[in-house]
Amino acid sequence: MPLVGVLALQGDVREHVATLRSIGADVREVKRAEQLDGLDGLIVPGGESTTIARLLTTSGIRAALEKSLAGDLAVFGTCAGLILLASEILDGRADQWSFAALPLSVRRNGYGRQIASFETPVTVAGVGTVPGVFIRAPKIETWSSDVEVLATHDHGDGNHPVLVRYANVWGCSFHPELTSDDRVHRLFVDALR
Amino acid sequence: MSFSPDPSTVGSALVKRGLADMLRGGVIMDVVNPEQAKIAEDAGAVAVMALERVPSDIRRDGGVARMSDPQMIQEIQATVTIPVMAKARIGHFAEAQVLQSLDVDYIDESEVLTPADEEHHIDKWGFTVPFVCGATNLGEALRRIAEGACLIRSKGEAGTGNVVEAVRHLRTINSQMRRLHAADAAELYAMAKELGAPLALVQEVAATGKLPVPLFCAGGISTPADASLVLQLGAEAVFVGSGIFKSDDPVRMAEAIVEATTHYLDADAVTKVSTGLGAAMKGIETASLEQRLAERGW
Repeated sequence: MPLVGVLALQGDVREHVATLRSIGADVREVKRAEQLDGLDGLIVPGGESTTIARLLTTSGIRAALEKSLAGDLAVFGTCAGLILLASEILDGRADQWSFAALPLSVRRNGYGRQIASFETPVTVAGVGTVPGVFIRAPKIETWSSDVEVLATHDHGDGNHPVLVRYANVWGCSFHPELTSDDRVHRLFVDALR
Repeated sequence: MSFSPDPSTVGSALVKRGLADMLRGGVIMDVVNPEQAKIAEDAGAVAVMALERVPSDIRRDGGVARMSDPQMIQEIQATVTIPVMAKARIGHFAEAQVLQSLDVDYIDESEVLTPADEEHHIDKWGFTVPFVCGATNLGEALRRIAEGACLIRSKGEAGTGNVVEAVRHLRTINSQMRRLHAADAAELYAMAKELGAPLALVQEVAATGKLPVPLFCAGGISTPADASLVLQLGAEAVFVGSGIFKSDDPVRMAEAIVEATTHYLDADAVTKVSTGLGAAMKGIETASLEQRLAERGW
């Protein structure tokens, strides 16, 4: 089985770990740079992107993960994780950095503050309809034509991607880990084999 | 046709509890102005609690403590990108309505403010914005969840810089949950009566061994080791009130508590951030207190 890491600096780590284990993956929580060694894939969970960004730097994981991303490690960012992987962050902190591994721009809280957080069904290409839980969710505003769009959502302003893949890097605006539907995790893990 | 989400799915229990899940492993810091909010965000806070006076000043000044001025909350919202929480008085649903109208991300129905109703807490199901409430034991936690709270925190004894009450509350809640988890199904009726909590929630805790919402710790946390302690005791995140901006070096203290919260099981990491940190807030021995805030709410 593939060995999948879950970045465990802050956020909803436990739900990702539980979902991955339930579909048969071996799982390792990653709090230190050397724990990236030997992984087949890594999930960057939901949480606060500014907090995780700071902890990535202080822990030394930032530099190590930059190398891993360049070396084809499969990385899947959900919500805050998507923000950390995007090449451009809108409405972020002025000094907010990212790995720039996904050629797209993402707007923090693009679907609104908490009072606007919502659930809606999302149709994923080749998978079917999964529950989409959007919490202070980032909105993908622009994206390169070579980004594979696996699911979109129209919030009244046209279709925006909510699940994307670009080579070894995956991103998602919603929280597949908060529901009992494991098909998005299966999609990622199956691609690691 | 333009899409508008089914209104029933905006503010659902899942998205309200889900935001609390996103805050796990983080530090929520009390701030009284935009400058402090910026320091908190820079240091890695997952959210800020906007209030006019930190609890130690409320304790010192006395008088009636109320919801903050909306202008101050808006200034803080304009300054930071992380979630902004604010406090309403226990039972003061009109203050909560104002906070919801301000689009705050979480409302703390808080014993730190002077209660507005000595019998009833806010009916929190009627709000789109999620609520956090304090608790000193499992019965209190489940009553708040029955009223719609989506996140529970220990009350501790706010503004003292003394972690002893937070530890007491966490240990009490956890040991009561362990007792339920070990109980026979037939025993749960009497246990629900003893706890003063709805049977359905008691049965849920008995089945899962944990609360149906996240459990955070508040009240008296003032050092990195305090954060590590309460996380090891089962708290999933920490609220730090007076402990940061009443310390000698708030920037370093804020950064250190964030690091200690992430690496709470790594004693070497906690040691590193605790070294040469300067004095924590002075603090008060709780036995000498005239007013115990934790006794507010029921």
